[in-house]
Amino acid sequence: MQYRWNWTILFVEPYFGWLLAGVKWTLLVAGAAWIVALAVGCVVGVLSTLPSRICRAIASAYVDVFRNIPLLLQLFLWYFVLPELLPAGFGLWIKRDLPMPEYWFSVAGLGCFTAARIAEQVRAGIESIGVGQRMAAAAMGFTTAQTYRYILLPLAARNVLPPLTSEALNIIKNSSLALTVGVLELTGQSRQIEAATFQGIEALTAATVIYVMLTLCVIVGMRAVERRVAIPGTLGRG
Amino acid sequence: MRNLDWSAVVHAWPFLWQGLQTSFVLVALAMAGGMLLGTMIAIVRLSAWRPVAAVAAGYVNGLRSVPLIMVIFWFYLLVPLFIGRPVGAFTSALIAFTLFEAAYYSEIMRAGINGISGGQMAAALAIGMNRMQACRYVVLPQALRRMTPILLTQSIALVQDSSLVYVIGLHDFMTSIGIVANREARLIEFYLFAALVYFAICFSASRVVKRLQRRMAAA
Repeated sequence: MQYRWNWTILFVEPYFGWLLAGVKWTLLVAGAAWIVALAVGCVVGVLSTLPSRICRAIASAYVDVFRNIPLLLQLFLWYFVLPELLPAGFGLWIKRDLPMPEYWFSVAGLGCFTAARIAEQVRAGIESIGVGQRMAAAAMGFTTAQTYRYILLPLAARNVLPPLTSEALNIIKNSSLALTVGVLELTGQSRQIEAATFQGIEALTAATVIYVMLTLCVIVGMRAVERRVAIPGTLGRG
Repeated sequence: MRNLDWSAVVHAWPFLWQGLQTSFVLVALAMAGGMLLGTMIAIVRLSAWRPVAAVAAGYVNGLRSVPLIMVIFWFYLLVPLFIGRPVGAFTSALIAFTLFEAAYYSEIMRAGINGISGGQMAAALAIGMNRMQACRYVVLPQALRRMTPILLTQSIALVQDSSLVYVIGLHDFMTSIGIVANREARLIEFYLFAALVYFAICFSASRVVKRLQRRMAAA
């Protein structure tokens, strides 16, 4: 088969603009989902380490459900199924008046999916501190809330930074699944360029290179954060 | 909320079952191929020969920084160009998954090999094995054993990832669900059913892995 190369296609309007729009939507989906994932993930992670048995059961049920269903299917459940199961008025509002439902449902779906994984990291981070700190805090008269606020969470936050980096990378990569519900993020745009010009290799190359650059940016950024917050006197500072 | 009608799911089961079988075959082949290739990559990466090790590292890091969907699209586009004729979604998906998962399996195997104490290798060399034999009969069996739970966990991820062949229209379980869900206009029932099936498979598999881990920790 003959393939006719045409790299300039990437820098011609409208295709260049499509790529930029793709990057924008990838960042918007991944960024917003990251906020959801961090918030929900930290809450669920803390719940799973609390003394209360009910809290731990809720947390482990959350993690089991969100980790054992494929992300693609979870997005479909959010986008196609959830609006039907909600009370009629609310479902109608989502379908009629909510601007860009595909964006919001991708963010919610990707966020809740990643939250389950972050929760596991947070739990491991808290458990790795050891019971000594927890008992010492109790002996000092700290309440459970104070123990978490002043002792456990500040320590755990540093422990989980490296695994959080890989989750941040995952969320950027997984944001590509938003194309299945109609968000034209980077992968979706590269497919569109391919469909419009038949220059598939160029379009996919552009998207691939941009993904690699985005992940590199995240790695560099997270390393900087790790260095900045490292506890003096530990091996992390160096 | 509408009334749910599950009879459509029952009715469509033969079609869905075919999709599920396709998913299983794809996962099993990609798992076998991925582990084999991944182990070879891990050995190459740990070999003393620098340039080759660097190529292997580049392969692993490169594939790990690209979304799986992109990799699937890449192979869907490239394989026919290379071979010169259309090969179908299954072949290109299988190649994409094997090469993609190999990158992840190789990282697990590398950690496993690194975790074997150096004395094992030295002892194997001391009794007259060459490096190849030491690897084959002493190091790899132990690494594989130690990493079995993590390799299986990665394979559970592979089961879930296999649903992504939806984007190239390969008739696996996920795509079959999508097709009948739209044909019967019963999105809720079919997607909930799909969620239940995936959950049952992955949850029970992860329980098995957990049991295995506990047993290995006790031993």
